Parts: sequence; C-alpha cells; structure tokens
Amino acid sequence: MSDWGFVWLGWGISAAVLIAYACWIILRGRAISRRVAPQDRRWL
Amino acid sequence: MISQPAQDDRGADVADGPSGTGSRGTRILGLVVLAGIALGAYLALVSSPPDVNMGDSVRLIYLHVPVVTVAYLACGLVTVASVMYLWKKSAWWDVTAAASAEIGLVFTCLTLVTGAIWGKPTWGTFWVWDPRLTATAMLALLLFGYQAVRHLPGDPTSRARRSAIVGLLVLPNVFLDNRAVTWWRSLHQGTTILNTLQPKIHDQMAFALVFNIFVGLLLAAWLMIHRWRLAWLEQQVEVAELDEAIAERRAEGAAPGTPAPGTPTPAATPTPATPTVADPTPATPTPASPTPASTSARTEVQP
Repeated sequence: MSDWGFVWLGWGISAAVLIAYACWIILRGRAISRRVAPQDRRWL
Repeated sequence: MISQPAQDDRGADVADGPSGTGSRGTRILGLVVLAGIALGAYLALVSSPPDVNMGDSVRLIYLHVPVVTVAYLACGLVTVASVMYLWKKSAWWDVTAAASAEIGLVFTCLTLVTGAIWGKPTWGTFWVWDPRLTATAMLALLLFGYQAVRHLPGDPTSRARRSAIVGLLVLPNVFLDNRAVTWWRSLHQGTTILNTLQPKIHDQMAFALVFNIFVGLLLAAWLMIHRWRLAWLEQQVEVAELDEAIAERRAEGAAPGTPAPGTPTPAATPTPATPTVADPTPATPTPASPTPASTSARTEVQP
C-alpha cells in the first residue's frame, strides 16, 4: 500500500468513528429527551 | 420526572422544550466545526507539502496530533471532575466526569489506530512495545475499566463515588504517557511543536498542524456539550424510573386486601391480653405484687 493509501485509511477510519459517535449521541439524546419533562431539559 | 410522550393532562404538547441535546449555540458551533474540518482537511491533504523523510504519510500527523491532544485534555478533565465530585458531591461533576471519560476513550482509541496506521509506512510495523505506545494502550485499558465501573449496577451515589476513585488514576497515566519519550528510550519521536528553541517543523506544516489542533478542540467541545446533556438526561430518567418503582411498591402495599410484604396477617395478630379502662372487673392486687400507687409512694419516701 502506498503512503496515500495509509493516509486515506487513517482519515477514513477517524471520520467514520467520529461521525458514528456524533450520530449516536444526537439520536440517543432525541430518543431519551422524550422521556424527560421539558423543565428538566432546558439548555441555556 | 418522566413525562408522557405526547400530551399532558391539559391536552397541551409537553414537547415544548428542546427535542434533544442540541441548542442554538451548539448548532452554530457545529457549523463552525464542520467548516473548520473542511479547511483543516484541505490544509492537511492538499496545501501542505510532503515531508522530506516521511513523504505523504506526514499527512496522518495532522490527524494524529489533534486526536491525541483531545484525548489528553478529556482524560485530564476526568480526573479534575472526579476530584471535584469527591469534594463537592455534586451530580454536575459526576456527569462531567462520565461525559469526558467516554470522549477520552473514543479519542484514545483513535490515537492508537491512527498511530498504528502512521507507524506502518514510517517504522515498517503497525505496533511495537515502545514505552509511548504501551503507555497509551494502558491509558485506553484504564478508560475501558472506568466504563466498566460506571456501568456496574448500584445506586447512583455509590456508583459516582467508585467511578470518581477510578477517575483519579487517569491523569497520572496521561502524565506517564506524555513523559514516556523523555524518561525511556523510545522509537516514538519527542517534542516537535513545543520545542521553541529548535523548531523542527516547516512553517506551512506547523500552521496546518496548529489549525487542526484548534479544530479538534472545537469538535471536542461540541461533542462534550452534547454528551454532557445526554448523560444528564440519562441520569434524570434513571432517577425517575427508580422513584416510579418505589411508588409502585408502596401502592401495592397500601392497596386494600393486599398486605405489604412482611406485614402479619389479621389471623396471626395477637389479641390484647391487658384489661381495658372499661373492664368492669379489674384484677385484685395480691400482697406479693404491690400496686403502682404503693410503689410510687415508696419511691417518694426513700430519698
């Protein structure tokens, strides 16, 4: 594998992990906030 | 605490609060982060020149260094928040420690992966038992252990306390990891950017690296805000579920015809054997057993 192959592999894995983690946080936050009263989920 | 998902008693929509962990500020920050990532990727992958020794694999450094910077800061925050929790006993610090530990774990694992991918074209191997690499692996294991402790069953207070005790170990491990290239003979390169006396990096490369570190910190801030809010919501739901379970048990015990566990049945309840006030035939005192009145009189005389 060339240098560019390793570069794309590293950037690709990192992007995939961070996108998946961010999506998990957002989606779980939306799901769980429905179970909490509005006065307990008012963010500044 | 737990609300009905659609409407309350008045028929009003209860979902008038934020529908998730986002807010206006996080949306703006998210857009800034996205723009920063795009520009940082351009600087790293297109604009900056290849290294004279590493060639194009140097472009992994623009990813690896920001990732490890975020990992170190998140791990440091775990210990700071743990100390503050043990001192203040505040749920705010417990949630902060939980959120930063998870982010620290994600970024420490990414540090190991991006370092291994960079090591193959540079060192000829994905992994070597180098002091820096081994210390980073130990840090990742410690963070996995922290997650295991945090997910042990138990009441929230004791869980927060034992998690905070484990969290105290994280920052010393970060310090060990950072100093490993200085204290021991290491294959890993030493200080590059902060070596101000003898800068070892080209200006264009330094700008791309510092810019990507800055973007990494913004991304970490965005993730931290959302993860903190999610952890807060999870704690609210957990407490509410516990309250509901206790209320259900109490309601079961208070229901007519269903005795609470441990309560004696009416058949087993002993009848009072002592005479009541309305008893027409009070027991006659015998000489061997003085009446309370005589006992009281004797007590008054004795002094």
